[in-house]
Amino acid sequence: MVGIVIVSHSAKVAEGICDLAGQMARADQKILAAGGMADGSIGTDAVRVSEAIQAAWSDDGVLVLVDLGSAVLSTDMALELLDESMRAKVRVADAPILEGAISAVVEASVGSLLEQVLATAEGAREMRKIL
Amino acid sequence: MEVTRLNNRAIDLIGAVADAIVENKEFLTSLDAAIGDADHGINMARGVEAVRAKVTAAPGADIGALLKTTGMTLISTVGGASGPLYGTAFMRAAGAAQGKTELDGETVKQMLAAAIQGIKDRGKAARGEKTMLDALEPAFDAFVESLEAQKPLVDCLEAATEAARQGVAFTKTIIATKGRASYLGERSLGHQDPGATSSTILLATITDFCRKAQ
Repeated sequence: MVGIVIVSHSAKVAEGICDLAGQMARADQKILAAGGMADGSIGTDAVRVSEAIQAAWSDDGVLVLVDLGSAVLSTDMALELLDESMRAKVRVADAPILEGAISAVVEASVGSLLEQVLATAEGAREMRKIL
Repeated sequence: MEVTRLNNRAIDLIGAVADAIVENKEFLTSLDAAIGDADHGINMARGVEAVRAKVTAAPGADIGALLKTTGMTLISTVGGASGPLYGTAFMRAAGAAQGKTELDGETVKQMLAAAIQGIKDRGKAARGEKTMLDALEPAFDAFVESLEAQKPLVDCLEAATEAARQGVAFTKTIIATKGRASYLGERSLGHQDPGATSSTILLATITDFCRKAQ
């Protein structure tokens, strides 16, 4: 099953999104938070992101959801820290982080392939809340 | 013995860079408060203090190893976009300095070129977008020009620093199209870029250190 990693500047945001998205998950599904800095301050840390990707890893790959700015750069850096073979099966979604995470978790929970999970997460950009 | 001596000097240089960033912590943060999220000085100071602690505890075998440690430490401690940007720059420069225990003009040129390319790759940015590249690219051009004129390394570094300062002044006259400052659009005019400023502080400190070490 595709693993999910949530990268936010805030540890609370990343953990909160994991909790929320986890409500839609299967029991054995991997949804990892990589938020904030090791000392608890606001920011993103490429090493933490790369560790979270490894912890969420299976042969099905990992989808990463990011908030803004340095979350994108740190994730890009984190990919460079991984083995080539692992990196080939990691995708970063260009999606709203919360809506994208929930969509991705649901898609992954039915056993979809990485590219499908990515497409569903990115589809969350079009999600209407008020009709 | 030579390696030990050089490592000591390289560690002193890292210490001088850390001091300069810490001294300018409030200044960099105030620049970032105008067009960003007011954390550049705080983030950079946290990063360089971590680098200082790390390289003092485990100096590494050569300049390449030292720069690699510097880069890795910055990416995991800075927190903002400057972490992966400077982290990439130092790690790419480390590649160009691999196995070296002393530096000549040609090697420094390769290190600068690799560092700047790393920043461009990571930030998907180009000159003229109000970023650190607006200081570093003119600095590189000035360095190469002086090197080709067969000037001593310190003179090349001085020319580079002067060009970087002019680059910082130039960032006041342009609108940001990258990073958080880009949300401000025209309101970013009139403010110098914090990243270009911290890059120039780094270059100026390295130059000053090399001049004094002569």
